[in-house]
Amino acid sequence: MLSVQHVSGGYSGEDVVKDISFSVNKGELFGILGPNGSGKTTLLKMLSGILPFGQGEILIGGKRLQTYSPKQLAQKIAVLSQHSTQSFSYTVKETVALGRYAHQKGLFQTWSQEDEAVVQRVMKQIGVSKFQEKNIQELSGGEKQRVFLAQSLAQEPEILLLDEPTNHLDLSYQKELLDLLKQWTIENGLTVISIFHDLNLAGLYCDRLLLLEKGRIKINHVPNEVIREETIRDVYQTKIQKHPHPKVAAPQMVLLPEKQKLENLIQINESLLLQSDEIICLKSPNPLRTMSSGVIGSGTGWHQTFVNRHVCKDYNCSDHREEMASFLLSKGFEPSETVGMMTAVLLADVEYRLFEAGGFSIFVVVTAGVGNAVDASNSDMHGVEMMPGTINTWIFVNGELTEEAFIQSIMTATEAKTKALHDLEVRDEITGTIATGTSTDSILIAATQAGKGLDYAGTVTPLGKLISKAVYHCTTNAVQKSQKRKRS
Amino acid sequence: MLRPSIRKFLNNKIAAYTIAGIFLIISILLGIGIGTVSVPVPIIIKIIGAKLFGFSINDVEPMFKSIVLNIRLPRVILSGLVGASLAIAGAAFQGLLRNPLADPYTLGVSSGASVGAVITLFFKLSIPFVGYFTLPLLSILFSFITIFSVLTFARKIERSMRVETIILTGIIFSSFLGAVISLMIALTGDELRQIIGWLLGSVSMRGWEYIKIILPFFIIGSGILLLNVKELNAMSFGEERAQHLGVNVQKRKLVILTAGSILTGAAVAVSGTIGFVGLVIPHLARMVWGPDHKHLLPLSILIGSGFLILADLISRTIISPTELPIGVITALIGAPVFAVILLQRKRMERSG
Repeated sequence: MLSVQHVSGGYSGEDVVKDISFSVNKGELFGILGPNGSGKTTLLKMLSGILPFGQGEILIGGKRLQTYSPKQLAQKIAVLSQHSTQSFSYTVKETVALGRYAHQKGLFQTWSQEDEAVVQRVMKQIGVSKFQEKNIQELSGGEKQRVFLAQSLAQEPEILLLDEPTNHLDLSYQKELLDLLKQWTIENGLTVISIFHDLNLAGLYCDRLLLLEKGRIKINHVPNEVIREETIRDVYQTKIQKHPHPKVAAPQMVLLPEKQKLENLIQINESLLLQSDEIICLKSPNPLRTMSSGVIGSGTGWHQTFVNRHVCKDYNCSDHREEMASFLLSKGFEPSETVGMMTAVLLADVEYRLFEAGGFSIFVVVTAGVGNAVDASNSDMHGVEMMPGTINTWIFVNGELTEEAFIQSIMTATEAKTKALHDLEVRDEITGTIATGTSTDSILIAATQAGKGLDYAGTVTPLGKLISKAVYHCTTNAVQKSQKRKRS
Repeated sequence: MLRPSIRKFLNNKIAAYTIAGIFLIISILLGIGIGTVSVPVPIIIKIIGAKLFGFSINDVEPMFKSIVLNIRLPRVILSGLVGASLAIAGAAFQGLLRNPLADPYTLGVSSGASVGAVITLFFKLSIPFVGYFTLPLLSILFSFITIFSVLTFARKIERSMRVETIILTGIIFSSFLGAVISLMIALTGDELRQIIGWLLGSVSMRGWEYIKIILPFFIIGSGILLLNVKELNAMSFGEERAQHLGVNVQKRKLVILTAGSILTGAAVAVSGTIGFVGLVIPHLARMVWGPDHKHLLPLSILIGSGFLILADLISRTIISPTELPIGVITALIGAPVFAVILLQRKRMERSG
């Protein structure tokens, strides 16, 4: 569709883009990225025929760009710039109708039925027909941008060029505009070439990305290859971290602000723990990076308050999340900042302790009841009804963990718990075999993300060793306390 | 901005043209009828009808006939043509430069044309073979040079060529060129009144000769502009946008600026610098119709000619028997309108 071969050029003799070659296929959504001054806009101006280029060739549909007359070119390529100035109050329809200019022939350029049909269809598709008689100066930024998109599409182009189309638009309009463009590439085979400032938007919508650095191509590839931490950090000269999109297979980037050095490193330990008959609560001075299973705040996130709540054995609620949230609110906790768990175990039997090793420490809190202990290898013999009894394990790490270390921590903690149950010979009441856990166990790994870096938490790593020891110790003691209470 | 309801009513093509047409006809009748000797409307119609269709009339006083045909009709036609030329040129400049404050006068083009005209008249120049067309041709040439100098200069100040920058540049040029005219006239020893005549414009005592001078240029200039209405629409969204839409911007810009210069040059050659017509009229036409140049230009012609006929009528009757230069009247109306548009724009920029 479009092919750029060894193009160089710029303003007044100085080359802004240097030896650029790439090609874009029909129906592709092709993104151009790069820091300020990397030549994105210059390149786009060359593609749109506004700016002559020094060396190289640009081929559109196999023909050289220079051989097109302005009208012919406008039938092939339409351009949507980031903002358009309007000095006069044209109506929306008049504005969109101008897109037909390139298709009108003859001295008087009469308005044909086809022109009218195209304009009406495009206005409908872009969703501007309901205010077609309105004055464009009265529209909001997002609506205006849609009107100009409709104008560009009324040209019935094969290629649409966009210069940061979402600039100045609020979040919902950004998404709306890009969804529309994506839809047009799929349904109408439109080729879209767009400059992006927002790497995440580009990663989310583009089929392919071209990353420019100082006028040259750094990389031209699929988003997952282009949006890599090292590449982006290198080109944009800033700290950035890649993480996956929760719903879509698209790479996303987050900025890392320069850390303000904390005066004194915090340590999570028993001094922060508050205990009553109803709840055990730990309030951290700083938010902690967490990975947890629980009623509230599960998954990964940042949380500052941790609550283990005692509920009676016949607790039953159709929406226990909602109920837990309102419970937390009533106790003065902010649910969005809190990881909340429930247990039927008496909270007085909690077991906690700080364990220290070279340069870091962990604080473990366990409440354990084994009334519904289960042997995981025989769990299909169990029904789904819930039985009271739960092992809730909290592990606070005073150190900096990688994602990998979080997952390994969970594995290590689980293995240690299972071993503890094994050594205590806790049995699954239905199968009669030794239990590996209970049916409602929850775990929390929370790290301060400050201090010593801990990359791994496998069972023989320093962190893994400490977790194994701590969880084994606390689980054993907690189960014993609970068993003692039951017997007495 | 008019309320949408009014705009909707006026958005009817026929209504807009009818209003503008009636306005022009009334202006013509008033322009011919009123003066030291009043001529009743039926008699005006009779005399003009007789002249047009070649039948003779005997029941009309010869004095009326002479006043209408030799004095008032040429004067009305001339002011009408000048008004139409300036208005359509103003509309074109505004669309092209995306600048609602642009007009031949504020851009300095009128002053440039005046310099050309004054040079021709006071040095009694005559280009071989073109005879009395030397005057408009030199005016046109000077308008053309002026508009290009103004635009080049404005672009030098600021690439984006903001509305205010262009107008400021135009005013600088216009003051300078006005001073040059005054100097030239003073050096040739003529009296001061004539200087004022040129600087503020006048259509008095010109006769049919001057109509012959302006008419062909008016037809050529407006013809060219009317063939470029689509391009003007596109360019009022910016030159880059116009090019993306498929307009050959460099060529069309040159064509439109040339046509604007032809219209301004010819108008100034016959009447001196009459200000603000090209500013007020397109603004008015936009209010009754909207910014679409396809109708904005013809409406500007109709309203512009009617407006200048009325302005001329006021200028010769208000302190009769003394005649005011017509530019005094247009400036009295135009300068406040200029101020209002400027205020509106600033308010819009602030709110938008």
